[in-house]
Amino acid sequence: MTYIGKSVKRVEDKRFITGKGNYTDDIVLPGMLHAFILRSPHAHARINSIDISEAEKAEGVVKIYTGKDIAESGVGGIPTGWQVNFKNGDTMKEPPHPILVTDKVLHVGDNIACVIAETKQQAKDASELIEVDYELLDAVSNPRDAAADGAPLVHDDAPNNICFDWELGNPKEEVDAALEGAHHITKLELRNQRVVPNAIEPRCAIGQYEDSTGKYTLYTTSQNPHLTRLLMTAFVLGIPEHKVRVVAPDVGGGFGSKIYHYAEEAMMIWASQRIGRPIKWTSDRSEAFMTDAHGRDHVTTAEMGFDKDGKIVGLRVNTHANLGAYLSTFAPAVPTWLHGTLLQGVYTTPKIHIDLVATFTHTTPVDAYRGAGRPEATYLLERLMDTAALEMDMDPTELRFKNFIPAFDGVEQEGYTTQVALQYDSGNYETVFKRALEMVDYDNFRKEQEEARKNGKYLGIGFSTYIEACGIAPSAVVGALGARAGLYEVGQVRVQPTGKVSVFTGAHSHGQGHETTFAQVVADRFGIPLEDVEIIHGDSDSVAFGMGTYGSRSLAVGGSAIVKSIDKIIEKGNKIAAHKLEASEDDIEFAEGKWTVKGTDKSIGFGDVALTAYVPHDYPEGVEPGLDFSSFYDPANFTYPNGAHIAVVEVDKDTGKVTLKRFIAVDDVGNVINPMIVDGQIHGGLAQGIGQALHEGAIYDDFGQLVNASYMDYTMPRADDLPSFEIDRIETPCPHNPLGVKGAGEAGAIGSTPAVVNAVMDALRPHGIKNLEMPLTPERVWQAMQS
Amino acid sequence: MSVRIQVTINGQSREAEVEPRTLLVDFLREHLQLTGTHVGCDTSSCGACNILIDGQSAKSCTMLAAQVDGSEIITVEGLAQNGNLHPIQEGFKEEHGLQCGFCTPGMMMTAVDLLNHNPDPSESEIRHALEGNFCRCTGYHNIVRSVQYAAKKIRESKKEAVA
Amino acid sequence: MIPAKFDYERAGSVDEALTMLAQHGDSAKILAGGHSLIPAMKLRLNQPGVLIDIGRIKELRYIKDGGDHVAIGAGATHDDILNSDHFGGGLEMWTEAAGMIGDPQVRHKGTLGGSIAHADPAADWPAVLLASDATIVVKGSGGQREIASSDFFTGFYMTDLQDGELILEIRVPKPPAGSKSSYQKFMQPASRFAIVGCAAVITMDGGSCSRARVGMTGVADGPYRATNVEDALTGKSLDEGAVESACADAAEGQSVMSDHFASEGYREHLARVYAKRAVMAAS
Repeated sequence: MTYIGKSVKRVEDKRFITGKGNYTDDIVLPGMLHAFILRSPHAHARINSIDISEAEKAEGVVKIYTGKDIAESGVGGIPTGWQVNFKNGDTMKEPPHPILVTDKVLHVGDNIACVIAETKQQAKDASELIEVDYELLDAVSNPRDAAADGAPLVHDDAPNNICFDWELGNPKEEVDAALEGAHHITKLELRNQRVVPNAIEPRCAIGQYEDSTGKYTLYTTSQNPHLTRLLMTAFVLGIPEHKVRVVAPDVGGGFGSKIYHYAEEAMMIWASQRIGRPIKWTSDRSEAFMTDAHGRDHVTTAEMGFDKDGKIVGLRVNTHANLGAYLSTFAPAVPTWLHGTLLQGVYTTPKIHIDLVATFTHTTPVDAYRGAGRPEATYLLERLMDTAALEMDMDPTELRFKNFIPAFDGVEQEGYTTQVALQYDSGNYETVFKRALEMVDYDNFRKEQEEARKNGKYLGIGFSTYIEACGIAPSAVVGALGARAGLYEVGQVRVQPTGKVSVFTGAHSHGQGHETTFAQVVADRFGIPLEDVEIIHGDSDSVAFGMGTYGSRSLAVGGSAIVKSIDKIIEKGNKIAAHKLEASEDDIEFAEGKWTVKGTDKSIGFGDVALTAYVPHDYPEGVEPGLDFSSFYDPANFTYPNGAHIAVVEVDKDTGKVTLKRFIAVDDVGNVINPMIVDGQIHGGLAQGIGQALHEGAIYDDFGQLVNASYMDYTMPRADDLPSFEIDRIETPCPHNPLGVKGAGEAGAIGSTPAVVNAVMDALRPHGIKNLEMPLTPERVWQAMQS
Repeated sequence: MSVRIQVTINGQSREAEVEPRTLLVDFLREHLQLTGTHVGCDTSSCGACNILIDGQSAKSCTMLAAQVDGSEIITVEGLAQNGNLHPIQEGFKEEHGLQCGFCTPGMMMTAVDLLNHNPDPSESEIRHALEGNFCRCTGYHNIVRSVQYAAKKIRESKKEAVA
Repeated sequence: MIPAKFDYERAGSVDEALTMLAQHGDSAKILAGGHSLIPAMKLRLNQPGVLIDIGRIKELRYIKDGGDHVAIGAGATHDDILNSDHFGGGLEMWTEAAGMIGDPQVRHKGTLGGSIAHADPAADWPAVLLASDATIVVKGSGGQREIASSDFFTGFYMTDLQDGELILEIRVPKPPAGSKSSYQKFMQPASRFAIVGCAAVITMDGGSCSRARVGMTGVADGPYRATNVEDALTGKSLDEGAVESACADAAEGQSVMSDHFASEGYREHLARVYAKRAVMAAS
């Protein structure tokens, strides 16, 4: 292998470091207009009237649309991509999500009117002249409060604001019985608070319609351009899919928030067709806070029972999940199939049950955010483990060693079947944890901690041994669970006549480095130089189809699709080579860039076969010319990255401020193609997970106002808030995909949060504090120390 | 009203008539098509718009174009010289200091400013100097390494020049 | 984010700026570094008719030794102060505080005059000015006047600066021999303004404190001098216990602010902690 396993420097970097990246807002089209979306300042209000008459007269204004215009045109609302049914089998409540509202606003930032003008300044100026008469209504923002009788209703046809209820696991009475018989039960009330994704590039959409061809083009900040095209054409606008090109050029981070097909995308396409000029809308940061899909927001009661030796006997979870005011693309799936299914963790828990209620609230819609459901599951499990150890006076490491699922490779030993509907692929959880403990020098730490306590210094250590389900996902499985799309991926490999290779992938790279990693795979499989491979993504006119990038799926699913096409090319090459070398196909083997007749030195190179395929003068009979294959890869199972994270913190006893001193992460993400890139993915995830533990969190007041909707109020982790990370890896190959990879994008964000919170609880042990709500702000910690 | 301004950008003199309220970043991106400088926030917080004005890093979203009349400005597009990458650009590539690339130009401009004043910064000095730049992708770990790489490279090239 | 329309004029001198101010009256705003004003204008919280740019007035940008005081031009940036060597001998807190404002980019553009004119209750400089007994020199159509910093800050975003007046200089008296100073700040983690900031100048004479100046910011709706803390420190030998008890009333008599980062009670507590930290560092 020349490239696989090596930290090849990224081929995409040059354009970014020279300022030549091409982000959506960088695009300027001839005659382009600019849009400003007027948004609701209220969380819940009836709109009595909208007066646009003054605004229409403002300088530069071309057109102003309100919800009435959209409704009259007969277009649909923004759909969700997943359907979950009530426990009793009824379909979930799926209220409409209009592009622009007509009579009621349901969250701060809800779309009211779209002002289109010659310049963005004029659009903004005109928007200030629109008069909206609101009748204010009560709002609710907490998911548990929303389900209470008498809570203000978000949608009239969803009683108690319940979108659906749901359960998973062993029969509830079996779990109740297991807990009844437990020697000890640890019970925690947990809030996995709402966080704002905050990709640094704000969203942007440009709609363009060409009357002469009837063709639409949408340039957008999306993680999944094809999915956006499908949703927009089939469900929202009813325009022909083949006449629509969706381009997601360079995208400045997504973290889940750019999965959702947003109203502004459909709005720009719809309006550009009516006005006949391209129209751009760019979000500013305040809008991003109010309208980018948020993440997490669970209220949970969790109970774990243990026998007298510390073996887990059962787990009972009761969660209220906040969906926000409308259903985003993955909203119904995140708290259910991406959350409930992970409650086995890496432990042998024999009985598990989760009861979940998903509610609407007067808040920004919630969607997948780095980890999506799996961080919430991990948080409750790992908080329970460290708390149980404390309560049972056991060491938290010892408690984990007692409960780990024993190692299995998924080949010699079968996959591990959980109580919550999954079969883990392969894992070596104990080894991973041991490595992390070695790195932190655990025994020594406890001594140091003891000394520090004597000197009035509060050091703490926290653990988290997590597992996640990635590489989403087998289409038939997710279809049975309510997905309205398949979750395969598409990979096309085109060997050009000169032997250069163009690869078209439905995965989208917005920081993950696909242009390098995928090229490493292709170059190695073909035995050609990396420079001879070009990865193309993000344009629905170039790439046949694709489901996009999320759920740590790109390499495991998208990479596997590419490998399938590579295999087809090599197989076809076998035929061409056999013909040229005058040998039987059975005697041909491909290695290191050439086809060879086994046991001889007769061979033909990659470039020669490519040329022959396109200039088929001397060519095998019955074989088509060309060397270009496309494949759909539908994974056989999820992949299951796992790891052990350890945080070391110090708490300032005078102020409650937590300083993260060390962070150790040992992750098993299966085989690794580019260690440098995988490390980078882990680092980024860690910062986000640590951010949630210590700093971040959307705060809604009683009126449904998002109190901290700016960087002056919402704490983003900065360089001087974080230490350098200490990371390592164990590689247990995934047995069911050709690359043996499991995915690395979300791992850091899943494992780190509970490790940090557990560390702070450990530091506060002398104060007898067991549980605090995130983020662990100085005041929260200090107040707890006072009581 | 409009204001006439003259600025030297990446070594080239440019003149323009701008509306007084034109933000410097909009002037760069929209009037001069220098789209390497990005807008990530409204509150002078994120640093995606950082550029060098008369040698000092500044947030171009919090300045009016009119204010920089007569100034010398360097943007990310002006870092490489004669086709050779600036050491900070090399550092970001070598140490994987960028992922999505959106914060990168601003991050590099801050780093250039730091290294101009402090050729051998400690890790904590680097982290402190980057306090006005947000990155959501890298966790800053490799950005710190990238700045260290550039610092070393610049020091070595100066030593060579002396020798 | 786009400011509302305005006219723009650039002043080449203080006199020219004053003439422009007189001419435009209420509709004019002074633009120095713009790092408080422009963000407010982008949010359209502030919509002046005319901006008078004083950012190029060279006669406002200096830091010089005035004999018994250090004179800082209103146009000096936070970064100018951070890199100045005029702040020794009991004025160290000036460079300390400068280094804690915003971030490098904000420090490069933001000015001392602009910051104090804005009078954000969580800004760092007001505490330092108060602990320095600084004087603010202002000029308007009625001539020049000097305002003691204790009279200058009058409340929440409010100062004694009158319409048509411009800040020219901040005069910082050199503290007596044997003085040390420190600025200690508990940062609001998102904005990096002060939840609590304390500037302390301590003069020791033969093992006991002969003079103490303690300025606080972030705690209340405006900056203040914690005179009760100063009194309690004076005459004491400043061991940790003595300082702690002297700082116990650091927020006494103030109407303490509360927000989602710090409740009233917590802020009060932080005022005590940071007063103690500043005094200890200055003694």
